[in-house]
Amino acid sequence: MDNKLLFDVAHLLAGSMLVLSFLLLYQDRITAVINVFALQAVALALSVAWQALVQGAPHLLVTAAIALVVKGFVIPMALHQIIRRLQIHREVEQVIGAGPTMLTGLILVALSILLVQPVGEVSIYTREDLAFALAVILLGLLMMITRRNAITQVVGFMSLENGLILAGTGAKGMPLVVEVSVAFSVLIAFIVFGVFVFRMRERFDTVDVSALDRFRGERRDTL
Amino acid sequence: MALILDLVLQAVQMVLVVAVAPLVLGVTRKVKARLLRRVGPPLLQPYLDLRKLMHKEAVLAQNASWLYRVAPYLIFAATWVAAALVPSYATGLLFSWSADLIAIVALLGTARFTLALAGMDVGTAFGGIGSSREMMIASLAEPAMLLIVFTVALVAGTTQLSAIATVFSTGSVGLRVSLALGMFAFVVVATAENARIPIDNPATHLELTMVHEAMVLEYSGRHLAMIEAAAAVKLVLYFSLIICLFLPFGIAGPDAGVAAFAFGILAYLVKLIVLAVLLPIGETSVAKMRVFRYPIFVGSAFAAAALAVFLLFVSQGF
Repeated sequence: MDNKLLFDVAHLLAGSMLVLSFLLLYQDRITAVINVFALQAVALALSVAWQALVQGAPHLLVTAAIALVVKGFVIPMALHQIIRRLQIHREVEQVIGAGPTMLTGLILVALSILLVQPVGEVSIYTREDLAFALAVILLGLLMMITRRNAITQVVGFMSLENGLILAGTGAKGMPLVVEVSVAFSVLIAFIVFGVFVFRMRERFDTVDVSALDRFRGERRDTL
Repeated sequence: MALILDLVLQAVQMVLVVAVAPLVLGVTRKVKARLLRRVGPPLLQPYLDLRKLMHKEAVLAQNASWLYRVAPYLIFAATWVAAALVPSYATGLLFSWSADLIAIVALLGTARFTLALAGMDVGTAFGGIGSSREMMIASLAEPAMLLIVFTVALVAGTTQLSAIATVFSTGSVGLRVSLALGMFAFVVVATAENARIPIDNPATHLELTMVHEAMVLEYSGRHLAMIEAAAAVKLVLYFSLIICLFLPFGIAGPDAGVAAFAFGILAYLVKLIVLAVLLPIGETSVAKMRVFRYPIFVGSAFAAAALAVFLLFVSQGF
């Protein structure tokens, strides 16, 4: 019974990450997207902390703390500040529309579950975490390709990285060094993205990435 | 003797849902009016309305067919039978073994189909627009509803409502994120099916966005009374489903004593009133949606229910 409860809580936390990924796809306001992303980071931190308890691996708590502080608070606050300074916090974007995007997302989730299902010889925790992590990664990718706004693309990338951490902690024995370096590389990527967004705004007066297409020699009639 | 007792218990359930339905409607209207700082009609107003309509002359359009006259009774009958199948105060009632959750969805589908036909029968523009929108909403809400049925059936191992309520009320289910998703999806579906805000506004007439009221615009007298009673019973039916699936505590067992049945009825009524207060609070806190936003809103219920099924597959295997 105790074991069942352990599994149920792990399932609840990892499952809520997936649900929040869907919520990211559903939102079309930038501030709401950032808030949902912060919530997902908190869910990730809780999930990793629970894994630390289940696996008896205290170093995972460090990972949880990094996720909570950096991705739950620092990055969302920085993003909020960026959109305030760029004056785009009231913008609404619709690219493909939430309906088809969510349908595609459902297909991706089904695909990742089917892919992970045949993996044998591992504990049910690992299999479940892998399925959820793959789904979160694919949904992050989907978000990156369906959005045109550079900020929401950054959020898609960060949410993809949330999935990577979930996968890493689900598998036993990932060293802390790897996690710390992943966290730092994400931070660097975030800074690069930030500089990129500001440069883009300066040059084109917009953060719509379709503005870049003209400078790659591609013709785009609708801007 | 045992059969007679079973029949009596079933009759109590059938009378209870119909008797309490206008009161539930009255509570929602009263709470909504108070939230808007109006006094609102008295709690028993829906009963008086029904009585008044029953005594009024039923006016028929010249080109109305037999279907137009039969439809209100068909709709009420289908809704009532569906409501009688949901265990409200006790599990294992006599009729609940004759049909499961899927049959209830089918009965409600029949009622909706009849209503849409009746809306188009006279050939007015409003009836047609109402029917077409009702069918659009149904085509989105019904798949979501079936996926919710699959979710609870996967958790409980059966689609039989009595058995589901027994499994859920004994509390051996554990912590399930799927059930939370299923409940969210069910609330969205129930809002769409009962023509409440943000999908439809039950308090308007002659507005271009209305759906349910547009279909019944031509009805009067006893026909309108039947349709309004059916709408009230349908609301109680969805409340009962929420209670039975997601809040089944306090429900009496199949062979319980009189005290347990009385407690079950009391618990059921209290839960109904709580839901009837929560509904208008939810309604006043959101705005009515544009028609073109419906697919995304109801589609989110479909996505949530599908996700719930997927999550169950991951944790339980195929």
